[in-house]
Amino acid sequence: MNRFLASSLGKKAVMALTGLFLISFLVVHCAINSLIFYNDGGVNFNAGAEFMGTNPIIRTMEIVLFIGILLHIYQALILTLNNNKARPVKYTLNAASANSKWYSRSMGLLGTLILMFLIIHLKQFWVISRFTDEITGGHTTLFAKMQEAFSSPWVVVVYLFAMISLGYHLLHGFRSAFQTLGLNNKKYTPFIQAIGTGFSVIVPFIFAMMPVSIHMGWVK
Amino acid sequence: MNLTLKIWRQKNAKEAGNLVTYQVKDISEDMSFLEMFDVLNEQLVHKGEEPIAFDHDCREGICGMCSMFINGRAHGPAQGTTTCQLHMRKFKDGDTIVVEPWRARAFPVVKDLIVDRSAFDRVISSGGFISVNTGNAKDANNIPVPKQDADNAFAAAACIGCGACVAACKNSSAMLFVSAKVSQLALLPQGAIERESRVLNMVKQMDEEGFGNCTNTYACEAECPKEISVENIARMNREYLRANLK
Repeated sequence: MNRFLASSLGKKAVMALTGLFLISFLVVHCAINSLIFYNDGGVNFNAGAEFMGTNPIIRTMEIVLFIGILLHIYQALILTLNNNKARPVKYTLNAASANSKWYSRSMGLLGTLILMFLIIHLKQFWVISRFTDEITGGHTTLFAKMQEAFSSPWVVVVYLFAMISLGYHLLHGFRSAFQTLGLNNKKYTPFIQAIGTGFSVIVPFIFAMMPVSIHMGWVK
Repeated sequence: MNLTLKIWRQKNAKEAGNLVTYQVKDISEDMSFLEMFDVLNEQLVHKGEEPIAFDHDCREGICGMCSMFINGRAHGPAQGTTTCQLHMRKFKDGDTIVVEPWRARAFPVVKDLIVDRSAFDRVISSGGFISVNTGNAKDANNIPVPKQDADNAFAAAACIGCGACVAACKNSSAMLFVSAKVSQLALLPQGAIERESRVLNMVKQMDEEGFGNCTNTYACEAECPKEISVENIARMNREYLRANLK
């Protein structure tokens, strides 16, 4: 096991597994947050948020989630440093766009943008719900906090930009995870790639619609 | 056709190199890229200058020696082609062509466009073989091999070890090369006996040589002159996981 984790292939497997785990989190997060689209003044959404904040299984998974995020970042840093060392003298002219997609070569940049967004995002909602009594004490609701945050067009722009970054990160990450885990097959790979493309477009789009809908007043 | 060439000149592994501009005139579009280099070197020799050092051997696309990074592409703009099989008709009169050596820590520059690819040889010596005496050529179908496996093994065995995959990869990863060699043997009954030790040793050696890690951009597959599939990389990932679990 130590040999596996120390090898380049093992490190990539950690990236793939944590990546897929984070993808599964996106499904849950997106589903719960979509409760705002009931357009019922956030009643269903607040109930969902309360469940997620109090259920012991979810709270445990929250810790696992943070471990997953940190592992994904840590392993990415190690791999990137290693990759930079592998080519000390760069090409004067490198027509990389002729042989690969820009987003597949920019996973580090896209990931950094997502991390920066994550810090803002956690500070805006997660810190308030977990470490202050603003919501647990009944002074306000998470839905009201969303309305407050998304009243600013700048916040909406930051969220939109972050969701575009997430979309491209997933577009490469989803299919790449399967390849790294050795799951490449003439019959199933086109199917996995189609699911990955669909996921990378639909999930960030639904997320992006949340700040937009609240800002525009479509969801009240 | 007349061309402007910007070619990487480097005395040896220790000294820093730089791009030097040369002009060539009346190049036939039917020449191969290496023949154009021969013309240029003739000119340089006549002028009493040091000719450009470049690797080449068979000049028929099977030896994997002609490593040149042309206009930002491994082996130039043509798909599935080695530098020796790249013809000048792929370029236009008046073009400026930039030629650099493969760039990777594991492939140090020996001189000008020649790099030392013995890292690949060490990967092969670590496990890219079978340890039984296979004797004389056997009758066909003596050992039954499923057609699908035979085809996949044959496709992987087409790898000529030229290093274009490493050169094109943003991480200088050797995964396509190593996985082609692992696959070629793992798919056949003769190679099955050393299946686990082979992949463990070859990956260990690959990592020790200082190649980067695969990020699945598939630039390797796009630039491979033998069009080796990235399915081999997935197969090696499987083989490696399997060998570690055993």
